[in-house]
Amino acid sequence: MLLQIRDLAVEVAGKEVLHDVNLEVGPGEIHALFGPNGAGKTSLFMAIMGMEDYKVRKGSIIFKGRDLSGMPVYERVRLGIGLFFQRPPAIRGLKLRELLEICCGGKSNIEKLASELAMVDFLDRDVNYGFSGGEMRRAELLQIIAQQPDLALLDEPESGVDLENIALIGKGIHRLLGRGMSCKEKESKAQRSAIIISHTGYILDYVEAEKGHVLYNGTIACSGKPREILETIRKYGYEECMRCLLRT
Amino acid sequence: MSSQDLKERAERARGKRAPFGPDLDLSLYKSNPREFPPLPLTSLGKEEQRALLATGIDPFEGNRSGSYLQMNRSVVFCGTRAEGLEILSTEEALKRYDWLEREYWWKALEVDEDKYTSFVELNWQRGYFIRALPGARIVRPVQACLFLAEESVAQAVHNIIIVEPGAELHVVTGCLVAPAVKSGLHIGVSEFYVKRGGRLSFTMIHNWGEEVAVRPRTATIVEEGGVFLSNYVCLSPVKSLQMYPTTYLRGKGSVALYNNLLLAMPGSSLDVGGRVFLEAPGSRAEIRTRAITKGGELWTRGHLIGMVPGVRAHLECQGLILSPSGLIRAIPELEGRVPDVQLSHEASIGKIAKEEIEYLMTRGLTEEEAKAIIVRGFMRIREEALPQELQRLIEEAIKASTKYLL
Repeated sequence: MLLQIRDLAVEVAGKEVLHDVNLEVGPGEIHALFGPNGAGKTSLFMAIMGMEDYKVRKGSIIFKGRDLSGMPVYERVRLGIGLFFQRPPAIRGLKLRELLEICCGGKSNIEKLASELAMVDFLDRDVNYGFSGGEMRRAELLQIIAQQPDLALLDEPESGVDLENIALIGKGIHRLLGRGMSCKEKESKAQRSAIIISHTGYILDYVEAEKGHVLYNGTIACSGKPREILETIRKYGYEECMRCLLRT
Repeated sequence: MSSQDLKERAERARGKRAPFGPDLDLSLYKSNPREFPPLPLTSLGKEEQRALLATGIDPFEGNRSGSYLQMNRSVVFCGTRAEGLEILSTEEALKRYDWLEREYWWKALEVDEDKYTSFVELNWQRGYFIRALPGARIVRPVQACLFLAEESVAQAVHNIIIVEPGAELHVVTGCLVAPAVKSGLHIGVSEFYVKRGGRLSFTMIHNWGEEVAVRPRTATIVEEGGVFLSNYVCLSPVKSLQMYPTTYLRGKGSVALYNNLLLAMPGSSLDVGGRVFLEAPGSRAEIRTRAITKGGELWTRGHLIGMVPGVRAHLECQGLILSPSGLIRAIPELEGRVPDVQLSHEASIGKIAKEEIEYLMTRGLTEEEAKAIIVRGFMRIREEALPQELQRLIEEAIKASTKYLL
């Protein structure tokens, strides 16, 4: 198993935001994570990354067999976890090109990567400064592609983005995760794993997720086939998840 | 005004305190320092050469149009390598050109402005005269260095830069103390004249000592269509620095841009302002300051005066506090004297945003590395208006300051 989360409880500023979370992601698996605003989806990602404000009060996060508790953020990154931010900050004076160099350790052809996501014109601009929603998401995707993580945590990659950008981002994620590789490529490259937070599910038109989960009130309320879950949410709303949660 | 009148006015202002900055006791410094003979720049000692390089002065004059080096009161090296460029000591220039005293000497600044201008007039020790002749485009920078080579010395220079009509000139001045010198006083009176359609960029990189007091007094007059760009960088310890350079935009469509980059270490006190009088239609100005304290005190001032309709100017200060103690005080002043002026300011002071640090940590950096990158980014001056070589020098100064920042 690549990622194992067991009985996880997380607090932010003394308030519990996650409890009894259990989740397993195997190598090459793509999981979709649904849930209403404030359910704790982003908090789960922040806890996996080891952000300071997200205190693990109970349970464990195991990645590649290693317990991540107490491990600094950058070590988790070096171990193979990458995070696509929903709302990344702007960094004045730091060029996107320089940040990409940091992400890939000088190992990737940055111009080529950027041209695939129509971002060449942004390479010499300050990171995220004055970027539109779509540009910001493409910049996030570029960084995570440069990082080549084994597990990509993608926080609403399609939110606030027009259809054209969704297609661009969806295809980029598809490639990042090693889907659509030729047989020859598959011999040398492994498929990557991902957890994708999505409100709309549009991204699933481009990236086929094997498993889906609903996070509701800080815990995983149900798991199943992503398309079926999405269909239920669309028809009945998240209240149905609450009923499901009460039944279990 | 005759030189006798100037002396008398200076005499009367001998004890006149400056409105800003701690009052200095000028009698503590020697005003008759040791003299140095002329020598090639490359014959300086290794340590001195390194110190020069840190302020943008290249002893080998690579990519330079000319050089001026003054140690204490002595002109050690002075030479030009470009057509249409004159570099002299102001002493030489006054002998050579009778118009200099009549038209430029104490014409942008008042000799009795305060005790420091007075001190320079009464204890004048040369300074540089740099002139770009009409239409001359001097693209490679001229380097001028004022060097305090002896303990507890007062250096009192009077500098003049003239950019004649249609000319372009880039000057980088490095001011510093010799590696072994701890204390001293530097007072530089600088009067700059940018004539019609001229363009002057003036980049000053200061590298003083922990016990050095500095009082530059600078004023610039810009004629029609002229552009004056000032970059001031002080990223190393200094005991007390106070300056409030002023520009008079006298000509239609003239422009003044100031970029200040300041660091106050523990025990340092910096009081740096910028003032622009917008006196002609279509003139515009911008003053941007990036200020960082690591425990020292920093005042950043700005004053924009809109005197005629149709002018616009902006004042901006961003401050970063990197230590539990320290002070940044941003004091902006906007003064509109007629309707139809567009003057604005913005200022912010804070610490490094935690979310920015964490963001960079998710890209594989340690917390310290992330902070260093954010601070370096914060210090980067807007680049588009500067020639590449000057931009490189500022980057070098920023890089050299890393040892103080982390």
